[in-house]
Amino acid sequence: MAAHETVFNPDDRYNAFLTVCRKAPHSDGKLAGIAVAVKDNISTQGIETTCASKILKGYIPPYDAHVVDLLKQSGAAIAGKTNMDEFGMGTTTENSAFGPTLNPCDTTRVPGGSSGGSAAAIAAGMVRMALGTDTGGSIRCPAAFCGIVGLKPTYGRVSRYGLIAYANSLEQIGPMAGTVSDVSLLMQVIAGYDRRDSTSYNKPYTHTPNPDIKGLTIGIPQEYFGAGVDPRVAEVTKRAIFRLEELGATALPCSIPSMEYALAAYYVTCTSEASSNLARFDGVRYGPAADTKKSWHDAYREVRRAGFGAEVRRRIMLGTFALSSGYYGKYYAKAQIARENVKKDFARIFSEVDVIAGPTMPTIAFKLGEKSDPLSMYLADILTVPVNLANIPAISVPCGKVDGMPVGLQIMGKPFEDERVVDVAFAYEQVAA
Amino acid sequence: MTDAQVIVGLEVHCQLDTQSKLFCGCSTDYRSDGPNTHVCPVCLGLPGSMPVLNKKAIEYAMRVAKALNCSVTDEAEFSRKNYFYPDLDKAYQITQYDKPLAKGGYVEIEADEGSGGKCVQITRIHVEEDPGRLVHMGNAERGRYSLVDYNRAGIPLIEIVSEPDMRSPKEARKFLNKLRATLEYLGVFDSEKEGSLRVDANISIAGSERVEVKNISSYKGVEKALTFEVTRQKNLLRRGRTVKRETRHFLEARGITQSARSKEQEHDYRYFPEPDLRPVNVQSWVAGIVLPELPDARRERFMAQYGCSANHARTLTGELRLANFYEHVVASGQKGLFTLAATWIADTLIGELNYRNMTIDTVQAAPFKKLLEHIQGDECTDKSGVEVLRVMLDTIKQGLPYETPLAILDRLNLRKVSVNITRPFAYGITLKSGVEPNPIMKALSEVLTEQPRAVEDFRKGKKEAFNFLIGHVMKKTRGRADPKELNRLLVEALKNREA
Amino acid sequence: MVTENDVRDIAELADIGINTEELGPFTDQFNAILDYFDVLDRVQGEGSVIRDLSNVMREDVIELSLPQEEVLKNAAFQEDGFIRAPRVM
Repeated sequence: MAAHETVFNPDDRYNAFLTVCRKAPHSDGKLAGIAVAVKDNISTQGIETTCASKILKGYIPPYDAHVVDLLKQSGAAIAGKTNMDEFGMGTTTENSAFGPTLNPCDTTRVPGGSSGGSAAAIAAGMVRMALGTDTGGSIRCPAAFCGIVGLKPTYGRVSRYGLIAYANSLEQIGPMAGTVSDVSLLMQVIAGYDRRDSTSYNKPYTHTPNPDIKGLTIGIPQEYFGAGVDPRVAEVTKRAIFRLEELGATALPCSIPSMEYALAAYYVTCTSEASSNLARFDGVRYGPAADTKKSWHDAYREVRRAGFGAEVRRRIMLGTFALSSGYYGKYYAKAQIARENVKKDFARIFSEVDVIAGPTMPTIAFKLGEKSDPLSMYLADILTVPVNLANIPAISVPCGKVDGMPVGLQIMGKPFEDERVVDVAFAYEQVAA
Repeated sequence: MTDAQVIVGLEVHCQLDTQSKLFCGCSTDYRSDGPNTHVCPVCLGLPGSMPVLNKKAIEYAMRVAKALNCSVTDEAEFSRKNYFYPDLDKAYQITQYDKPLAKGGYVEIEADEGSGGKCVQITRIHVEEDPGRLVHMGNAERGRYSLVDYNRAGIPLIEIVSEPDMRSPKEARKFLNKLRATLEYLGVFDSEKEGSLRVDANISIAGSERVEVKNISSYKGVEKALTFEVTRQKNLLRRGRTVKRETRHFLEARGITQSARSKEQEHDYRYFPEPDLRPVNVQSWVAGIVLPELPDARRERFMAQYGCSANHARTLTGELRLANFYEHVVASGQKGLFTLAATWIADTLIGELNYRNMTIDTVQAAPFKKLLEHIQGDECTDKSGVEVLRVMLDTIKQGLPYETPLAILDRLNLRKVSVNITRPFAYGITLKSGVEPNPIMKALSEVLTEQPRAVEDFRKGKKEAFNFLIGHVMKKTRGRADPKELNRLLVEALKNREA
Repeated sequence: MVTENDVRDIAELADIGINTEELGPFTDQFNAILDYFDVLDRVQGEGSVIRDLSNVMREDVIELSLPQEEVLKNAAFQEDGFIRAPRVM
């Protein structure tokens, strides 16, 4: 199959890559010879896959994720594995066990996260496209912070088989690239049914972006422009929406009342699932060894104490607590009701509008080390998590700058209308260019 | 205290006999292969792998549900049971928690006391995956390390939970036997496979706390473990102590239960719905399930069709293979064979198999039928028949070449000897040289010569002496003589002597 | 409001291993986060989830397993085809 080879020698001054494949074999196809970077939480056969965690240091998967299979079949060359927040838990890529990734737009700032390595690799021109994963904004946030395009597909549209789970019910693999066209092209390759993922839908993506948005209605939720959102970011975003109106779209105000508790529902859900997902890293089957001279629980505890970073340990404990007897009803069960309410809010708004638009992130990229308190970091995800709770598609496309730093316009769509959000982003990109 | 105060409920885990595992395509036929040869990213719990539900496992579980009179729920769901153990590849077991596949059924068993049956209520049936297998290295006091084999990880199990309706260890065994037979009749379970059944038992003495005994891995173990617990709990109460609510392990080799460590006592499994699987809505499939003949129906039929006694019918139909074997043997046979076969299988063959630790699978119906025909045709005695059967079984067990029952009869010189003399003969006649003496008559004449005292006793009217003489002739002829004929010959010989 | 003892208990349940010096900061962070989670107390509504996918199943067909050496490759210790783990007894 590997008929050709791409030589890949990036100047990775931003610590975007954890593994670089300097000689990447590839075959013919839609992406023939294009170097595609893959986030390090996606399983790649024969290539170390660590999730930026010490607990998986040295783990060489014996199998490819479904999306990696598809990349290879389409002729792409796997350029390497990109840096990220450990297991996807973070908004800055500072939570990597292998050092933070720097934002190519300003190396004193974070690239966003958790797919910060993929975004930086694209922003720095090292690769044309990359795969990211988005659990609560992890594709859209770094896309916004680094000034590139990133799509979180509808849940179930891209197989998660081979994605090392952090929060299964929320996350999706998605395309990231410098342009909407490339995002769309990569989406063509990775979307589609996979029998190995029971949550997979048979909804292939064969779309080519179409910039005609005449007659489109856009919901503008007041919560996306309220307290906690940098007014300058809100202003840049509003201007972008105005450009869409100039193209023939109509903007309508709307409200998502469930956003009051969406972030709490998100964090309860993702930490609960994570507490279960991450329990398997015990140093027995793979990863740094458990000390077999110790007793099981002592060895297990030690592997996890030494192998997980502080944020991962914090989230495992939070999730353990949220699922524990006596608290399940107060936290996990309540979060699922909240999640239903978020879905219902979106369904109600989408009965009146075609897409919803707002800023991707409430601010521009933070300074490295700026967010040291966990809760204030969590609050930065407020505009991206509702999409994951509702399993709908959303794209972030660059829409201007504040303080010289990129701002992302977020377009959210109805379930399985990924094509529509791509079109809207494409329409904007055409006039903004 | 009487047994009526014992309260037992069981949780029975049975491996479903599918081709592939519950959530991946790995083969379930792992028992004769090396460790870790039947695993893939899914059942090894490799990061990123995802489960896909085996439809057959659900169908099998539904068959069981229907046979046990349970109702299949309108929405079942899989949940994660979180606990950390090296044989649990994902650190959680995918099982069913608040939305099991089926609820509320019953199993009929015979009650201990009096006649008639009783119902053991079934609370629920759910589907789950088996963990891997651990081998403990080091000694019992202090292990050195464990060795893990994940071949078993992901084998489909059903857990059948009963209400605490059983009143003695014996009833628990009956329930279990009935369950095993039913599952085998359904073609979803193979009790012969090692480790295919595991039981957790709840047992209490009325008015006291309940004790959970975990990890009982054999049929016999259940009755043993429960009997031990009944004694232990009753002794505690007799001494004025209380029974502690706790989890205990059954140590099969020592036949005792032992309190589990504190870590295992408090389980907070943090169940939540498995996000990688979708709900199961299969209620509408129930109507399409056609159940085969089940043990109770077959037992009735054996009594009606073959005239089996109630006891024989119960024994024969209590295991699927045994019942099939019986029907193979009597197929196209004559009516006389029905009872003979039932008696021989239920009263003789089972015992001989158990003694040799063999299963009925290894025995062919045809040669066994031949043997019965020889017995029926008066070619050998019952006693010789047993001997031939033993040789047949030993031959199978040792993998020796097949020999027909007749050949064995001849080789061992066990063919029934007919004296063929209708006229009474005079004792003491000299045999013509060159003529092979009839072995029975030869033995008879020898015994009469060797045991003059017994002959004398008989003459004096001691009836026991007759049997004593018969016994000696039998011994000499190694059972080949037909007892009826021998009786007649001895009576005549003694008469002749008197004369 | 959780105390350091509560956090220690949670760490025990999670089997995560916690250092004494971590307890204080973790407890403070936990309290801030759990205070924030209290907003969920105000959530009203039905938990019943509308699901559009159900009965996702595969046929009972055997597929290739991994070669044993691939299974053992990532394990630190192996012995006669088994994977070695710490003692549980």
